[in-house]
Amino acid sequence: MTIDRPTTLLAELTHRCPLHCPYCSNPLDLIRAEGELATDDWKRVFTQAKALGVLQLGLSGGEPLVRKDLEELAAHARELGLYSTLVTSGLGLTRARAERLRDAGLEHVQISIQDADPEVAERVAGISSVKQKRAACAIVKELGFAFSINVVLHRANLDRIGEIIELAASLGADRLELANTQYYGWGLENRAALMPTRAQVERAQAIAREAIQRYRRRMQILFVLPDYFESFPKPCYGGWGKLYLVVSPDGRVLPCHGATQITTLTFDSVRDRSLEWIWQESAAFAAFRGNDWMKEPCRSCPRKTVDFGGCRCQAFALTGDAARTDPVCTLTPDRAIIDAALAEPGEPQYRYRILATEPQRV
Amino acid sequence: MALTSSSIPRLWRLARLDYDGVRNRPILLYPEGAVLLNDTGFAVLELVDGKRSVADIAAILRERYQADVSADVAEYLSHLAERELIHDD
Repeated sequence: MTIDRPTTLLAELTHRCPLHCPYCSNPLDLIRAEGELATDDWKRVFTQAKALGVLQLGLSGGEPLVRKDLEELAAHARELGLYSTLVTSGLGLTRARAERLRDAGLEHVQISIQDADPEVAERVAGISSVKQKRAACAIVKELGFAFSINVVLHRANLDRIGEIIELAASLGADRLELANTQYYGWGLENRAALMPTRAQVERAQAIAREAIQRYRRRMQILFVLPDYFESFPKPCYGGWGKLYLVVSPDGRVLPCHGATQITTLTFDSVRDRSLEWIWQESAAFAAFRGNDWMKEPCRSCPRKTVDFGGCRCQAFALTGDAARTDPVCTLTPDRAIIDAALAEPGEPQYRYRILATEPQRV
Repeated sequence: MALTSSSIPRLWRLARLDYDGVRNRPILLYPEGAVLLNDTGFAVLELVDGKRSVADIAAILRERYQADVSADVAEYLSHLAERELIHDD
């Protein structure tokens, strides 16, 4: 089988973050500061990524601004010719820091917004943050970065999607990503508190569709449907080990940010191996590449080249077997798991993302 | 979003042309995406500067290739405009 070259690297520089969003895409077992890769490790990873074919670099976290070497890393990425995106909460993005990042050659900044309603936004983030985020947006806009806003959608903010779109436009975003919560890791922990109703999703989709047309050429709007409400699963980054890779703060290389929850796989680290070896040779990347690993109903299904069997992390989290069809698919009997989750009553409490050993409720 | 011969195309503010030395192909890079270009696509986009019209670009390429490429140029740029990578306002 031909192994494609990856186009995108998501560098999770740290798991440290001032926010506690209950849908965080980081794993439940968060890496502490002392476990993070050093500056030179990251620079080596970026150099190896470029040689492997990576074009797009996400400087992400946690909150990447807690890394004091972010400017140095951004400069190195620019020297290599990578198109870099800073994926940030905006907290800690002072004017001085933003100017240094711009001078380092950073091109694109993506800031997360929790809600158009400041009170709900801060309840979801678990911290006072709205004022700092607005200030960060203004700085990014003023310094001329390519500017995206990302909003994770869920039961508590979906009804304000119209207001959220108008807020993003008023903040001057070039792009707006409206991404419904993905139910892995923290999102799965909080599923009952985050899951919207079908009526909410349908109304939001209609509003988003209208806004996509209305804002054409002014603000590019992406609306991602929640997969629980679809009949077929999402293609996981174009297929496992096809285009995308993630390096976690401790150096483990993953086919997607949620992959460590597949506890039957072992992920190699850039501390021990080159990125190229891990991409080409490692067992974890080979595990679900192509079609040979598939079982029925995927194996004989014409959609297998469209959705690649869906999300391996979701299959593992919900069925205990990462090689089963994503249970979102209506062609598998496992779909009953999704339908049961959709029928569950809502839960009012979040379990917040906290870098601690004990689960806590705030 | 069809472009006509009098349209004046420009690249989306967030996109830039580059060269990928690993794949040995010219490339259009933008947030969260990239388009690998063939030589023809690159030849067109290289001339997109927000000042030349589609007709101007086609004229330059006609001179270079000794062939009438105006329909291809308009179609190619319209395709990229559909993806919001080319703007003409």
